[in-house]
Amino acid sequence: MTEDKNRHPEEQILQEGDPDTTGHTWDGIKEFNNPLPRWWLWTFYGCIVWGIGYTVLYPAWPLVQGATPGILGFSTRTEVAEDIERFDAMNADIRQRITEVDLTEINATANPDLYNYAIQGGAATFATWCSQCHGSGAAGVQASGYPNLLDDDWLWGGTIEEIHYTISHGIRNEDDPDARYSEMTAFEGLLSDEEIAQVVQYVRNISGQEHDAELAAAGEEVFLYNCAACHTDEGTGDQFMGAPNLTDAIWLYGGSEEAIEHTVRYSRFGVMPTWSEDATEAGRLSEAEVRSVAVYVHSLGGGQ
Amino acid sequence: MLDYVKLLILGLVAVCAAIAASYARDMLYMIHAILVMVTAGGLFLWQLRRTGEPRFVNQNEYMDGPVKAAAIMTAFWAVVGFLVGVFIAFQLAFPQLNFDWAQPYLNFGRLRPLHTSAVIFAFGGTGLLAASFYVVQRTSAARMWGGGLAWFVFWGYQFFIVLAATSYILGGSQSREYAEPEWYIDLWLVVVWVAYLLLFVGTLMKRREPHIYVANWFFLSFIVTVAMLHVVNNLAVPVSIFGSRSVSLFSGVQDAMTQWWYGHNAVGFFLTAGFLGMMYYFIPKQAERPVYSYKLSIIHFWALIFLYIWAGPHHLHYTALPDWASTLGMVFSIVLWMPSWGGMINGLMTLSGAWDKLRTDPVLRMMVTSVAFYGMSTFEGPMMSIRAVNSLSHYTDWTIGHVHSGALGWNGMITFGMLYYLFPKLWNRQALYSLRMVSWHYWLATIGIVLYAASMWVTGIMEGLMWREVDAQGFLVNSFADTVDAKFPMYVVRGLGGVMYLTGAIIMAYNLWMTVRKGVAKQDTTVAAPAE
Repeated sequence: MTEDKNRHPEEQILQEGDPDTTGHTWDGIKEFNNPLPRWWLWTFYGCIVWGIGYTVLYPAWPLVQGATPGILGFSTRTEVAEDIERFDAMNADIRQRITEVDLTEINATANPDLYNYAIQGGAATFATWCSQCHGSGAAGVQASGYPNLLDDDWLWGGTIEEIHYTISHGIRNEDDPDARYSEMTAFEGLLSDEEIAQVVQYVRNISGQEHDAELAAAGEEVFLYNCAACHTDEGTGDQFMGAPNLTDAIWLYGGSEEAIEHTVRYSRFGVMPTWSEDATEAGRLSEAEVRSVAVYVHSLGGGQ
Repeated sequence: MLDYVKLLILGLVAVCAAIAASYARDMLYMIHAILVMVTAGGLFLWQLRRTGEPRFVNQNEYMDGPVKAAAIMTAFWAVVGFLVGVFIAFQLAFPQLNFDWAQPYLNFGRLRPLHTSAVIFAFGGTGLLAASFYVVQRTSAARMWGGGLAWFVFWGYQFFIVLAATSYILGGSQSREYAEPEWYIDLWLVVVWVAYLLLFVGTLMKRREPHIYVANWFFLSFIVTVAMLHVVNNLAVPVSIFGSRSVSLFSGVQDAMTQWWYGHNAVGFFLTAGFLGMMYYFIPKQAERPVYSYKLSIIHFWALIFLYIWAGPHHLHYTALPDWASTLGMVFSIVLWMPSWGGMINGLMTLSGAWDKLRTDPVLRMMVTSVAFYGMSTFEGPMMSIRAVNSLSHYTDWTIGHVHSGALGWNGMITFGMLYYLFPKLWNRQALYSLRMVSWHYWLATIGIVLYAASMWVTGIMEGLMWREVDAQGFLVNSFADTVDAKFPMYVVRGLGGVMYLTGAIIMAYNLWMTVRKGVAKQDTTVAAPAE
C-alpha cells in the first residue's frame, strides 16, 4: 500500500458496493450522496398536509381582528362550560332541596336521593379540601393535632348540627367571628415544675396509663384548682369549650409524659379554617357543599 | 498591551464587586459579590505575575487545552448532577429526606433546579463546549480563533454554573423553569455566550476546508438560538442594582408563553440541535463509516430549526393561552416529527456496513442506543403534544418520564460515547483503560433508563386517570393525596433506576481517570497537527 502524504490519517475507506460520496472530506469523514428515504419524505409530506387540514378545522391562524375560528367551531372554554352546565342542570333540583330540608332529614330513610348525593359530593369535597389535614381516609394524624373523624370522640360535638357549625365557621381562625373559640392556659410560670410534674402524672392516672402513684395523688389538687374548670372534675372534658376528654385513650397531641407536659406548659392552639362562603369571604364552599361534607363526616362512624 | 487591558478590567471588576458587596441588600447578592471580587482579584494577581513574560504558542496545533478541561468537567458534572437527581428522587419517595437540620437549603424545592441545571447546563453544556471546540477545529482544519478566548468561554461558563448553583441553594430564583438564575447571572452568561459565538464563527471563518461540516451547522444554530432565547426570556428589571431580585418584563399569559417558547427551545436547540452536532461527528468517527445521506442532513437541519421554534405552546394546552396558539403549537410539533427523525436515520444508517462493530465496540453501542432513545423521545414528544393526549399526560409523571428518556438516553449516552472517544485522543493513549467497564456502564445505564421511564409512564398514566375520574353525579373520585399515595412504589423504582444510572457514570469517571493515568501512550503524534 502506497502512502499518500496528502491523505488524512483517519480518512474513511469505502467498501465495495458503497454509494457515491459528495466528494468532500472533513477530518477524514465523508458523506454519501444517498437520496432522502422515500418513506421518510412521504410521511413528512403527510404530516404537512394533515397540519394544514387541522388548522382549517380548528382555531389556528392569527389575523388582525382575531384568529381563524376553524370550521368545527371548537373551543376548549366552551367544552368545559358545557360539561359544567350539564352536571349543574342534572343536579340543580337536588342541590336546591338539600339546602332547604332540615339537616337531620338528610338520611337514607327519609331522603335516599339527597343522602346519596350528600355522601358522594361530601366525599369529593372532603378529598379536595379536608384531606390535607384530616387524611384522605379521615383518620386524622395521630398525636399531631389533626383529629380523627372516624371515632365518636368529639371535641366540639358530634351531632349533625354541631358538625355543620364546625365546618361552616371553623375553629380559632381569624376570619370568622363565629368560629368556635377557646384557649387553654399555658401553665409555664403559673405552676411550679413540681406541680406540673404532679398534674402530668395525675392525667396519666385518670387516662389509665402507667404513672407515679405518689405524684399523681398530689396532682389531683393541682388538677381541680387549675384544669377542672374546663376539663371537668372527672377530666371528661366539655364539648361546649372544645376541652378534650382526658380519661380515654384518644389523644389529640399525644398521651406520653413528654407530650402531656408540653401541653400543660405551653398549651395548644389548633386552628381550622372557616369554610362557608355565606359566613365570610374566606369561605370556599357553598351551603350545599358544607351540608354534604357534614352528612359525609357524620356518616363515617362517629356521628351522634 | 493586551495584558494591561486585562489587568485594568480585572482590577475594575474586583473594585466594583467590593463596592457591590458592601452595599448588598441581601445575603445571596453579597456572597456572589464577594465571590466575584475574590475571583477577579485572584486573576488580577495571576495576570500580574505573567505580564511581560514571553509566551510561545504554536499556531499550527489544535488548541486542545480547553477541550481537555471541558471533557474533565463534563464527567465531573455528570456525577454531581446525577447524584442530586437520585437524592431528590428519593426525597419524593421518602419526604423525611427533606431533613429538618438542612432547611431550607436542601429541601426538594431548592435541589430540583440544582439538579436540572446541573445536568442540562453543567453536564450537557460543558459537554457541548468540549464537542464544539474539538469538532470545529478538526472539521475546519484550523486552530480556534481568538487566542485565549476559548479559555475565557470555558472558565466563564464554569463560573456561571457556580453562581447559578449557589444561588438555588441560597434561595435565589426567578421561578422560570430552566431559567432560574437571577438577572446578574443572566447578564454574565450573555457575555460568555457572545464570546462563544465569536469564537465559533471566527474559527469557521478561518477554516481550511471549502465547506462547513454538518455538525458545525448544528452547533452554530444552537449557539445563535440559545443566545436569542436566553436574552428574551430573561428580560427583567432588577429591584435594585445591589440586590438579587428582579421583576420580569412579561406578565400573565404572555409571560407563560415566553417562558415556554424558551423552555421548549432549550430542549430543541440546546438538547437536540447541539447534541445532533455531537452525533454528526462522533458516530461517523467511531463507526469509521461515511454519513448516510448529505441530502437528508441538509433537509432535516433546515426543517428542524424552522419548525422547532413554533412548538412551545404545546406546554400550555388547556390554560389561559388562546386556542389558536395551542393549535399551532400542536400542529408544528407533529410536523416536527419527521425532521427530528431525519437525524436518527442519518445516525443509525451511518452504521450500514459496520453493524458488526456493535458486537465488539461498547462505545459505538452506547452511541447507537442514544440515537435509538432520541428516536423514541422525538416520537413521544409530538404524540404528547396532541391536545387530547396532553389532557391526560399534562402535569403528570409521564412528562418526567418523557424528559428523562430523552435526557438520560439521548443526551447522556451520546455524551458518554463522546467522552470515551475523546479521552484516548486528547491524552494520546492507545485505547481506553477498560472496555469491560464501558460495557458495565452501558448495561447499568440502559437498564436504569428503562426502570426510570417505565415507572414514570405507569405512574403518569395512573395519576392522569385518577385525576379525571368522576362519578355519575360529576364529583371527583380521588383526592390529590390519593394519587401521591398510589405512586409510592413507582417512585422507589424510579430512584433505583437513577442509582443504576449514577453507578454507571461513576464507573465511567474512574475508567476515564485511569485511561489518562495508566493508558499506554501512542507513538505517533501526528494527529495533533492540522490536516492539509
